[in-house]
Amino acid sequence: MTDETMIMPSSEDRHSKDPLEPGPVIVLARETLAPNLQLLTVRAPIVASKIQPGQFVIVRADEYGERIPLTVADWDREKGSVSCVFMQVGTSTYKLGKLKAGDVLPTFVGPLGKPLELDRWGTVVVAGGCYGIGSIYPVARALKEKGNRVISLIEGRSKFLLYWLDRLESASDRVLVATRDRSIGKSVDGPNAVKDLIDSGERIDRVIAIGCTFMMYLMAQATRPSAIKTIVSLNPIMIDGTGMCGACRVSVAGETKFACVDGPDFDGHQVDWDLLLSRRKAYLRSETHSGER
Amino acid sequence: MSKKQPKQIIPKKTPMPEQPPTERIRNYDEVPYGYTPEQAMAEAKRCLGCARPLCVDDCPVNINIPAFLKLVAEGDFRGAINIIKETNALPAVSGRVCPQEEQCEGKCVLSKRFESVAIGRLERFAADWEAAQGSLPIPELPPPTGKKVAVVGSGPAGVTVAADLVKKGHHVTIFEALHEPGGVLVYGIPEFRLPKAIVRREVEYVCRLGVKLVKDFVVGAAETVDELLEKYDAVFLGTGAGLPWFLNISGENLNGVYSANEYLTRANLMRAYRFPEYDTPIVRGKRVATIGGGNVAMDSARTALRLGAEESIIVYRRSHEEMPARAEEIHHAEQEGVRFELLTSPVAFHGDTNGWVKEIECLRNQLGEPDASGRRRPVPIKDSNFRIPVDVVVLAIGQSPNPLIPKTTPDLKTGKDGVVIVDDETMKTSKKGVFAGGDVATGGATVILAMGQGKKAAKAIDEYLKTGQW
Repeated sequence: MTDETMIMPSSEDRHSKDPLEPGPVIVLARETLAPNLQLLTVRAPIVASKIQPGQFVIVRADEYGERIPLTVADWDREKGSVSCVFMQVGTSTYKLGKLKAGDVLPTFVGPLGKPLELDRWGTVVVAGGCYGIGSIYPVARALKEKGNRVISLIEGRSKFLLYWLDRLESASDRVLVATRDRSIGKSVDGPNAVKDLIDSGERIDRVIAIGCTFMMYLMAQATRPSAIKTIVSLNPIMIDGTGMCGACRVSVAGETKFACVDGPDFDGHQVDWDLLLSRRKAYLRSETHSGER
Repeated sequence: MSKKQPKQIIPKKTPMPEQPPTERIRNYDEVPYGYTPEQAMAEAKRCLGCARPLCVDDCPVNINIPAFLKLVAEGDFRGAINIIKETNALPAVSGRVCPQEEQCEGKCVLSKRFESVAIGRLERFAADWEAAQGSLPIPELPPPTGKKVAVVGSGPAGVTVAADLVKKGHHVTIFEALHEPGGVLVYGIPEFRLPKAIVRREVEYVCRLGVKLVKDFVVGAAETVDELLEKYDAVFLGTGAGLPWFLNISGENLNGVYSANEYLTRANLMRAYRFPEYDTPIVRGKRVATIGGGNVAMDSARTALRLGAEESIIVYRRSHEEMPARAEEIHHAEQEGVRFELLTSPVAFHGDTNGWVKEIECLRNQLGEPDASGRRRPVPIKDSNFRIPVDVVVLAIGQSPNPLIPKTTPDLKTGKDGVVIVDDETMKTSKKGVFAGGDVATGGATVILAMGQGKKAAKAIDEYLKTGQW
């Protein structure tokens, strides 16, 4: 018997079908949204029926794979499908990027983490960069449904790294774009765009930022002087995603929290960013090694 | 000389052949090889066959020990394993991980003057013998009752409940949060102590009996207990004690500081010891310190050696005598060269400029009066601070139940450290239709105790399904 033997239920089925048997996680589609940015859509009816904005899933690309957290970019409760956007950076995301329709994922577990707090706050800036452009789409949609004025703000190095503008336009009152090379939009990045908004006298009641750690850190810095509540979706290294290992511990307001169960959303002004950035880099060397096989 | 010649007593246990320490610290294979049939028969013959066997009383699942030993002695291994399995669904597991010296073997009359009968090794022998005979026959099962039971968690408690209830004709579904069934047996206990193939074999058998296994399903997230109760007639919570404790001292979030849960999960469940064949990395420290003195600490310290540590150190706040680990685990760790810093408590972790742990600052203790646990309390010696250079630290200081289910089940009563409160006899919780057992109800005990509670729960669940009486 090998390590990878799957356990199959009894062939002689004495009992009726189980009410909660989710069936295999079949890849429905995988497409490239922008260089290095992939959209993966899978059949996962239980996750689809339960997931809320802000929650995430843990995915394993194959039987040798790491368990990695992915935020969810969209879902269809009726069809039972869930979509995630991810950036190809290491072995696991590289493997995910190779999947094609019909493939089966060994693990796609969720919904994990707490749902994002949603209320009618007034004007909310929803900022996304990289994979976060996908992740903010359901957030914008839900905030709009709650009656907020939603400003979606997306950033990238250049115009060709942005995606889903049309979707965000449908879910927002206004869409702002920032690019480092100014190929589109006036600002160089999301945090500067928010500063510009504040300087222009725009009233902002809340900022929600999803993307790479550094972008979220800068966003928290940008809103700190004006004390606009800024919620960030933290992305530390995780294993189980259910509060079992503590790999994802972060420090918020001086207290250690597990991002997987206490978060992933926290007040960006209270996060210990140095610690988060340092802990995210813990396996950088191994990741390179693993990818070189 | 008396007329009645007493049975000649062999004072010592038949030794168990095992991998030599210098070799085994370079691989992940199981340490003891197990008895040969001849060794097993010779060892089983040491049993005096007491008229009133004390060993059975101290077995949490009350295995008829003298009866199975007698059959092993006679070479009837099939008969022996059948007796064990009347009350124990996982003998290959318990034969390896039970603290026998505190249970059956501790009560063996031989142990008063000599070494006890090696009951654990013989249980393991019988289970391994059966496995070597090929696939197990499925016993005849009663007709389906139409009742459905959801078992949350596929560890020792859950698997025991599932096996017992499916044999009563109930429909049983096990929900497992991780991608591999077995709970602590696969994420916590290392391969060299409990090969994963054994766990897989036991779970497969339970599935062949008709139990459904749904992996990658987090109860409390994908489905609450209340939602389960709409679809199932009863729910058993066997979710273990998965929430790791930290010391809450400075520097604890430095890179290289692991909870034992994380360290062992990476190594075992994710097979980081086979990185880069498997993708999950682990820091292969040269100087690894494990904080704690229980089995989990021994497992971590021995794992560190196998991952290439030049020095693996156990830092424990009391003395050798108070260490809660099984004697065999401490012995194996010592044989393998684990160093023990006893009467020592960490007070801070110090890091380098890149955020990696570099030193543990400790205080020396002396033993004071016994505390609530009955063990002598460690009392720090003022100004005894010293530092241990390290590159990896593993915290094995305990754990408590995961709060995910209690948080999403408002009428489920919990006690100290989030332990689910149950009735000792029926394992009923405060919530109608919901039972619990194993570490979630004890806060952290042994595999065999979890199985014992699973048996009690299965009996009470069957009763409840038949009568509807709570």
